[in-house]
Amino acid sequence: MNNSNKNNKDEKKIVLKIFRENTAQKTDRHYDKFNVPYKKWTTVLDALLHVKSYMDPSVAIRYSCRMASCGSCGMKINGIPRLACYTKISELETSTIECEPLPNLPVIRDLVTDFSRFFNHHKNVQPYIQSNDGVDDSDTEKKTFSFYQSPDDVDKYLQFSYCIKCGLCYSACPTVGTDLKFPGPQALAQLYRYFADTRDEAKNRLDIVDDRHGIWRCHFAGSCSKVCPKGVDPALGIQLLRSYMLGISKNEKKLAKKIEIKTNEENI
Amino acid sequence: MERHRMLKESQIMKIHYITGIAAIFVVAVHILMRLIVPFGSSLEYDYIISNYKNIFYVFILESILVLISIHGFNGIRIILLELRQNNAWENMITIMTISATIALIAYGTRTIILANGL
Ligand code: SF4
Ligand code: FES
Repeated sequence: MNNSNKNNKDEKKIVLKIFRENTAQKTDRHYDKFNVPYKKWTTVLDALLHVKSYMDPSVAIRYSCRMASCGSCGMKINGIPRLACYTKISELETSTIECEPLPNLPVIRDLVTDFSRFFNHHKNVQPYIQSNDGVDDSDTEKKTFSFYQSPDDVDKYLQFSYCIKCGLCYSACPTVGTDLKFPGPQALAQLYRYFADTRDEAKNRLDIVDDRHGIWRCHFAGSCSKVCPKGVDPALGIQLLRSYMLGISKNEKKLAKKIEIKTNEENI
Repeated sequence: MERHRMLKESQIMKIHYITGIAAIFVVAVHILMRLIVPFGSSLEYDYIISNYKNIFYVFILESILVLISIHGFNGIRIILLELRQNNAWENMITIMTISATIALIAYGTRTIILANGL
């Protein structure tokens, strides 16, 4: 058997059911179905790109890295928020795959949603290192200062820094579904990430989310941690923050030592 | 921007958790007191009036009233806050639940006072 015959035999077909809506043109919501060939390693994103290339170029999707790094290709696949580039068709074990836009986010077109509200919540928690003497991470980038942290210090926040802002946790959160002012698991986990970082000296970080629609509205459904493709556990971050806010845990973090780096010219 | 509030949400939630946990204990005592006499006679008029005159039991009943009212109405406030997100609604819910808490505590306390013939 030659190679091309073998490849054809490997190739199976799947029905891709894609949600369609154009909010700008106020089109009716409906689903389009496409028969797409796939192999063992074909991802849902590959299948969608096949539809765009050979069947219907008007299908709108957002993607970039194709390797679960950029966080652009989030969508609801068979009812669960997932990254299309990180979801293999063969692993879904269904004959029809339903692709819908992420819930809890306004649809722009087809599978593309508007992340403005999600990013605003992220910005609100001030997701950057703040220090009292004006030295921050921009100085470490300029290489004028470096911070010293032990591996234990890093472990406290490391998993939370793996977040790629894909919004899957936000779209899976039942509280976000009813309360749009709720920051959502991603923003809260990022607040914990900077709160736990020994380089951060921000005084009132916790106050940002200590209001009527803040951290206390989390019902601990845990769906955020279940859908995260990067192994971040936002529910854990939220519970840790709460225990600090209730005074059960004490914040005894020792600030990281800052060392000024002498430039080459100064050393000469 | 968040306006100045009398209590931070974390302080309200501390009260919420403390009243909830404390209520479990006083309600447990209340239920145990029902069990030490036959259930039917525990509901008789004279027995109930005598309970109201027992200072230890009055303390338990008043605690249940205060703890459950605060915990319960704050729970209702939390649920209703999620329904809509605007200041008018949030303030209305807050005022209504605080008023209902005060009204229920006042009414229950009045019953205890009346039963004591004061
Ligand atoms: S916590 Fe996980 S699911 Fe949520 S935005 Fe970050 S990477 Fe995505
Ligand atoms: S395309 Fe970048 S995460 Fe999927």
